[in-house]
Amino acid sequence: MKILVCISHVPDTTSKINFTDGDTKFDTNGVQYVINPNDEFGLTRAMWFKEKQGASVDVVNVGGSETEPTLRKALAIGADSAIRVNTPATDGYAVAKQLAKVVNDGGYDLVIAGRESIDYNGTMVPGMLAAMIGANFVTNCISLEVDGTSAKAVREIDGGKETVSTSLPLVIGGQKGLVEESDLRIPNMRGIMMARKKPLTVVEPIDATTETNAVSFEKPAPKGAVKLVDADNIDELVNLLHNEAKVI
Amino acid sequence: MSILVYTESENGKFKKAALEVVSYAKAVADQMGTSVTAVAVNADNAETLGNYGASKVLLVKDESLKAFNAKKYAAIVENAAKNEGSKVVVVSASADSKYLAPLLAVGLDAGYVSNVVAAPSNVSPFTVKHSAFTNKAFANTEITTDVKIVGLSNNSFGLVESGGSASVEDFSPSIPESGVTVESVDKATDKVSIADAEIVVSGGRGLKGPENWGMIEELAEVLGAATACSKPVSDLGWRPHGEHVGQTGKPVASNLYIAIGISGAIQHLAGINSSKVKVVINTDPEAPFFKAADYGVVGDAFEVVPKLIEKLKAFKAANA
Ligand SMILES: Cc1cc2nc3c(=O)[nH]c(=O)nc-3n(C[C@H](O)[C@H](O)[C@H](O)COP(=O)(O)OP(=O)(O)OC[C@H]3O[C@@H](n4cnc5c(N)ncnc54)[C@H](O)[C@@H]3O)c2cc1C
Repeated sequence: MKILVCISHVPDTTSKINFTDGDTKFDTNGVQYVINPNDEFGLTRAMWFKEKQGASVDVVNVGGSETEPTLRKALAIGADSAIRVNTPATDGYAVAKQLAKVVNDGGYDLVIAGRESIDYNGTMVPGMLAAMIGANFVTNCISLEVDGTSAKAVREIDGGKETVSTSLPLVIGGQKGLVEESDLRIPNMRGIMMARKKPLTVVEPIDATTETNAVSFEKPAPKGAVKLVDADNIDELVNLLHNEAKVI
Repeated sequence: MSILVYTESENGKFKKAALEVVSYAKAVADQMGTSVTAVAVNADNAETLGNYGASKVLLVKDESLKAFNAKKYAAIVENAAKNEGSKVVVVSASADSKYLAPLLAVGLDAGYVSNVVAAPSNVSPFTVKHSAFTNKAFANTEITTDVKIVGLSNNSFGLVESGGSASVEDFSPSIPESGVTVESVDKATDKVSIADAEIVVSGGRGLKGPENWGMIEELAEVLGAATACSKPVSDLGWRPHGEHVGQTGKPVASNLYIAIGISGAIQHLAGINSSKVKVVINTDPEAPFFKAADYGVVGDAFEVVPKLIEKLKAFKAANA
């Protein structure tokens, strides 16, 4: 099985979010970048397939050269090779177009993406990619088994989960639950050394227009101070929620 | 060229989010000088959408569509949008709508923006405000395609009743084969889901163990709320994964979020930022959650929560 894992390069989850240039650009100052957490679950599941069932695992990112350390980290975790499509990730649609080309050229059976990236939270790249390449698609995936060309997946839905059967070629949007938290791997020294020798191919982008354009950003209005209620006066809390906040 | 909305129902009944997307679509239609057509699958009482601003409902009745299927449902909405010549399609932020929307976007060559929190600030260029960076910020984004898809965040626009009426037409587009078959659905039907809930009661590691969740459930029951938890709680197996909220869990956009024994780490806050009113109960006055909350009680959950349940019961009895 040939697996491609899509890796989004995102600000570390503890990052403070700021903007520059009159609130039109994300301020990268002091921001550490990581593999998108949803993709990390997917990468780990891909490693399981490689080790238990035999599969090759490539990782791909659409982005400038600054994303290479993130791809190297994926290689250090165990991916066989990495591809970087040399163009900034402008919007979900344009990214999906570039990925579709990579999938078609590479003849992948299974594409594992994250259900969403934690920066733009668009929840669109995996689905658009699947539609573009005519593959089956399951998102919010919390379990995935593959047997030959058939696959069984469990998907989280509002208020529960559902089990689906499908077949390869398949694109999934993965998330926490796809593997146990304790199975996530931290690259070790050997992995890091080996990653240096693994191929990281830079491919030039195809023409792809964008469909959306983020013109400006804002931060939520600053919060007023918390109103503290004495633990011995819970009546007051009920009163505030009813009369002031009007939520009960 | 009416605005098209996809309205979700469950067992024939419209979800609250469906009424909210219709209310939203009506606002967009007013801005653009047009009307609202809704598309619904296996819904009873489709005409009730008129009360929220739809003038027409395209109703698909088909037993084989009982379980949601993203590809089939996307084809239905795509057909409806093409029939109506719709330039704007509105969907909700449910797991199902977020599954369907990107497939629809490719089918309609439409730009899609999810997590939208307000009516368009401008319809030409079509500009919407949506949450980004997992609720740590908002972006104002132009959709530059001819057809646009807006994914509305739950509870962000609210319900607007207009007292209108809708005509209902049978709709039977051709539906493609789907390569994905639903085998089984495992869902607690008697519980409010986090996505639909107006109130969410959430517990963190401060509750010490799963055996202490009885009071969380009781509090949720009194309030008609959904229950949720922080990430370590689900990692430890105290609660199911589906209840974990935050950056890597579910987003919460409730009117009231009550956090009990949760520290308020940045990844947790990110997921619940768009809840309107936040209450925190925590023993540690330095817990970061106190900076994010509207109301706080510094105290032991094991003393405060039972009291709160008792007071709320009394409040309910007095206001019944
Ligand atoms: C990549 C990544 C993604 C993450 N995503 C998420 C996410 O989506 N959601 C999420 O929640 N976390 C997430 N986290 C974890 C997050 O950083 C915190 O570790 C987590 O939110 C802490 O959960 P907690 O507050 O329940 O536990 P703790 O940090 O252990 O805090 C427990 C709190 O309970 C209080 N307490 C203790 N006893 C009592 C009592 N008797 N009564 C009242 N209060 C009491 C304590 O004062 C403390 O504030 C993520 C972390 C990483 C690295």
